[in-house]
Amino acid sequence: MNTSNVKKLIPLLLLATSCAATAAESEISDSDRIAQYREMISDGNPADFDEMRGEELWKTVAGPKQATLEKCDLGKGAGVVKGVYAELPRYFKDTGMVQDLESRLLTCMTTLQGIPEEEITAKPFASDKKASDISSLASYVVGQSKGIKMAVSTKHPKAKEAYEIGKRIFNYRAGPYDFACSTCHATSNVRIRMQDLPNLNVKKDAQTAYASWPAYRVSQGLTRSFQWRLNDCFRQQRFPEPKFASEATVALTMFLAVGANGGEYAGPGLKR
Amino acid sequence: MNAKLIIGLAVSAALASISLSAQAGNAAGSLDAKTAEIVKRDFRDKGIAKATRVNQDELQAMCSKYIDKLPPKLKTRLEAEQTDAIKWPADGKYMGDWKAGEKLAQSGRGMTWSDKAEDPAGGNCYNCHQLSAKEIAFGTIGPSLLNFGKIRGNTEANQRYTYSRIYNAKAMNACANMPRFGHMGILSEAQIKDLVALLLDPESPVNK
Repeated sequence: MNTSNVKKLIPLLLLATSCAATAAESEISDSDRIAQYREMISDGNPADFDEMRGEELWKTVAGPKQATLEKCDLGKGAGVVKGVYAELPRYFKDTGMVQDLESRLLTCMTTLQGIPEEEITAKPFASDKKASDISSLASYVVGQSKGIKMAVSTKHPKAKEAYEIGKRIFNYRAGPYDFACSTCHATSNVRIRMQDLPNLNVKKDAQTAYASWPAYRVSQGLTRSFQWRLNDCFRQQRFPEPKFASEATVALTMFLAVGANGGEYAGPGLKR
Repeated sequence: MNAKLIIGLAVSAALASISLSAQAGNAAGSLDAKTAEIVKRDFRDKGIAKATRVNQDELQAMCSKYIDKLPPKLKTRLEAEQTDAIKWPADGKYMGDWKAGEKLAQSGRGMTWSDKAEDPAGGNCYNCHQLSAKEIAFGTIGPSLLNFGKIRGNTEANQRYTYSRIYNAKAMNACANMPRFGHMGILSEAQIKDLVALLLDPESPVNK
């Protein structure tokens, strides 16, 4: 992205803030409003800043081992970022695990750069006080799959198992409210207050929803990763907190990513 | 091919299909067990949301297993158990203050890890239902309750029914989406009465 694009984004960021403030008083649905907003800024998304930050981090030496991430294997060989996100999560031989993008970045940061895992997982999400390196790296990597069709494989038995477990977690009802993911995301054409909800058992909805994350969240002024998205769903489900990059979150991601197969990846997206 | 051979083949085919379906059943069962194990390991305490919240009661476990489509006998038994566990108001009164009910209905707060223990939970009603005609920002996961009292009448039987429905929606429909506000201790008896009034009081905006 060049400087003129950056300049163009500044007034848009201001607009984003005012948009968030008035959304609550609006009579039209949040989705309609955000669609208008998307159109207004169709040539730029504030998430671009986070992608640029991630690209810098990818190429900069860091950690006790003073290494870059340019030898990180995200599934298509060391250093390849183009198109990798469209095939994640996947089974990785070296770790013997199915991994999503963020758990794989965690592996690379700990093994290649020698950064202690706890240092990364203590605060894996961005806040208005502090950016998150792993989150920005994720923004960079997903941007390199823009326009590529989702093609997540369940050929490997462990990938298939992750999908099956993810499906069960999607329907797992618990907590004081008895909610599962499916309570809000398994019915078509419903909404909470004015927020339209995708039916993730329907191909088109599942593709559109998955393809738009990670995303710049207008109401928060932050670019949010997919792990963050799941984390916030569980918060609203009145669940305890899912551990960052845990098997449970990767399995759920596997289920959702396979549901989105065939759809064109379009992130990082832009959300209310 | 003689008749004996045909019968023999048919029997062995039948046996094979039985053993295959048993294997499929076992695989599903072991995946259920593995899912439970992973969920118990991968969620942790945060604020007021303790890790033990992932432990399911029988109703939650069965609705998860059957993805909300229970075998009829199981459904009947679970609904009867939920009904038996309803704690009715000791004073025999079901109606509170509709104004307090409207405030509760508006609040979507409560019981997330970003809520505090001392913050009272809201009713979350407008998240999923239309109630007062004045509130246009309503959700649609549940049915519209606009004119609920006007349509159904403010009889004592209907007050009792409405109380039970809010106290424990699963008593009528085991895998309903709606939380069990009384059964799970989300709302107090007095708060549920306020919501009954919001739905049934002729003066309530729901019925105006």
